[in-house]
Amino acid sequence: MKKIIHLAAFGLLLSGSVAAFAQSAPPVVPVQPAPAAPGAPADEDGGLQVTVSDDSDWQDLGIAITTFATDADVPTGTNAGSTAALGRALSQVVAADLKNNGLFKPSGPDGLPQPAYSQVQTPDFPVWSARAANMLVQGYVRAGSGGQITVGCYLYDVALKQQLVKGGWQVPPSDWRRAAHKCADMVYSRLSGESPFFDSKIAYIAETGPKDHRMKRLAIMDSDGANHRYLTSGQSTALTPRYSPDYSKILYLSYLNGQPSIYVYDLASNTQKLIARTGNPTMAPRWSPDGKWVLYSMASGGNTDIYRISSAGGGTPQRLTNTPGISIGGSYSPDGSQIVFESDRSGNQQIYVMNSDGSNQRRISFFGGRAATPEWSPRGDQIAFTHVVGNLRIAVMNPNGGGMRHLTDSWQDEAPTWSPNGRIIQFFRTARNAGTASIWQVDLTGRNERKLPTPVGASDPAWGPVRP
Amino acid sequence: MPALMYPRHVKTGSTMLLIAGALAMSACASKAPKELPPEPGPATTTQPAPSASGPQPGSQADFVARMMGSDTIYFQLNEDSIDSADQAALSKQAQWLQQYPSKRATIEGHADERGTREYNLALGERRANAAKNYLVSLGVDASRINTVSYGKERPIALGSDEASWAQNRRAVTVTID
Repeated sequence: MKKIIHLAAFGLLLSGSVAAFAQSAPPVVPVQPAPAAPGAPADEDGGLQVTVSDDSDWQDLGIAITTFATDADVPTGTNAGSTAALGRALSQVVAADLKNNGLFKPSGPDGLPQPAYSQVQTPDFPVWSARAANMLVQGYVRAGSGGQITVGCYLYDVALKQQLVKGGWQVPPSDWRRAAHKCADMVYSRLSGESPFFDSKIAYIAETGPKDHRMKRLAIMDSDGANHRYLTSGQSTALTPRYSPDYSKILYLSYLNGQPSIYVYDLASNTQKLIARTGNPTMAPRWSPDGKWVLYSMASGGNTDIYRISSAGGGTPQRLTNTPGISIGGSYSPDGSQIVFESDRSGNQQIYVMNSDGSNQRRISFFGGRAATPEWSPRGDQIAFTHVVGNLRIAVMNPNGGGMRHLTDSWQDEAPTWSPNGRIIQFFRTARNAGTASIWQVDLTGRNERKLPTPVGASDPAWGPVRP
Repeated sequence: MPALMYPRHVKTGSTMLLIAGALAMSACASKAPKELPPEPGPATTTQPAPSASGPQPGSQADFVARMMGSDTIYFQLNEDSIDSADQAALSKQAQWLQQYPSKRATIEGHADERGTREYNLALGERRANAAKNYLVSLGVDASRINTVSYGKERPIALGSDEASWAQNRRAVTVTID
């Protein structure tokens, strides 16, 4: 089990001389989930004043991201090379995170001065003022005992000549990119006031081959597309994966036994098992937010209904819907008390909400067209879905069905999944005629849309939570 | 073996043996290919159908050849209703299935690409079931017919236009050799 360690006593250590932290082994504790600003808080009085209600204000901030310095250029067990090369790679990951998501106006590390190790905590502010940088990110990387990598990250306000926040992480070599994502998360959170999301993973379906003989494989990657890995061979079609909240398992649909059936894939053991032995086709798997329950939809005699079963295995499935037609999918509210799902019981696909025990089912979508694949935001304030009006478009609405608005306008965009902080939505886009699929993302303004880099065609993204 | 209990069409014993042999050989085949090579050697039968070069009677190849397209029925957008053309096709299928009462079949339900993936899986299942129910209403034993949905994952027409979509909204009956 790989672990990322947050350096809890980081602030104290770095208040001394640079030499001090080379000799004292910092006490380490696991990071608490979702810290808005890990590490000792910076001076709050002098903190940056930004308005987060209007995205455009903070998105115009110019941030200089410099190559992370090292005390000694020594080999590492990472695939990035020595500590000096790793320092450069770390800053590139940070810059790419912020840049690719349309956040801020990051520059560097290319074309920027490289701070010395001793300058990491004492930036040369006049240099950065002259370059018209609003914000400055500096950092360091050191090779520790047992191959562990220690990374420090600092955010400065150039105009105020002040440190806003800092963080430090100790990671095994294979996880070095996570330290960069943690740094980007820290910067993003401090400047936007939003929760972090970069240190997270995505499960999806990798697609290759012609439209009528397309191979569909289960695959995973980091939120930035790195550490890509196929989990199935492609001999059986795989569809609609969902990461468990703790990233230990993936629910997905496979045609392994001929019928579409839901399996739970264990990432530690690389084994899988049927979630329910029904003898009927099962589809559309979902986790509850606490990981204790699994929703699946089962067809019987042409009818499809939603069932709930314990994720621990065993137990009798509980049928949650029982109406003529197709009721399918389901996405829990963040507190686990409600489930939003789609049903054509009224004649065509519409969005419904029910209590998590199946009671109090009520339709919430009343705006024309068909509405499908609802996903409740991790913040609870919005429901993303596919609006089918000839074309398929990604849209959001309030949990009561009001405030519907489209985020995309293409030929075929479907199956939204939320970023862990509920600010960004990924979906897949199918090209007309060719049928090639690709994963895209869009923020809630609808303005920042981009295609994710995947090795081959890609569909059914499922974004997991931010990692602890 | 059910085939021996329904000697409706009195044929030569060798035909029965051939069917039994084909069943045994293909017990593990999950899906029959659309076309099979013709069987070598003449079939000794009083039935008018197969010529010397025709497919083996009772095989999937024979089914495809005899259906002349009626192995597939088509649906309206988002619909699973069986219209008169579908009824005619299914009646033809039922006749064949009753002629070869030991044969089993899988009905594959499909949807066009304009719906969402998960819903189309359920819709394909609903269409396959509609076809199955109609065959059952014509006297085919329900236990002989399986259904499987491929949703929009296996289009047969590759365009993104009305004509292609119409071809893809289908249920295909495939007999199991």
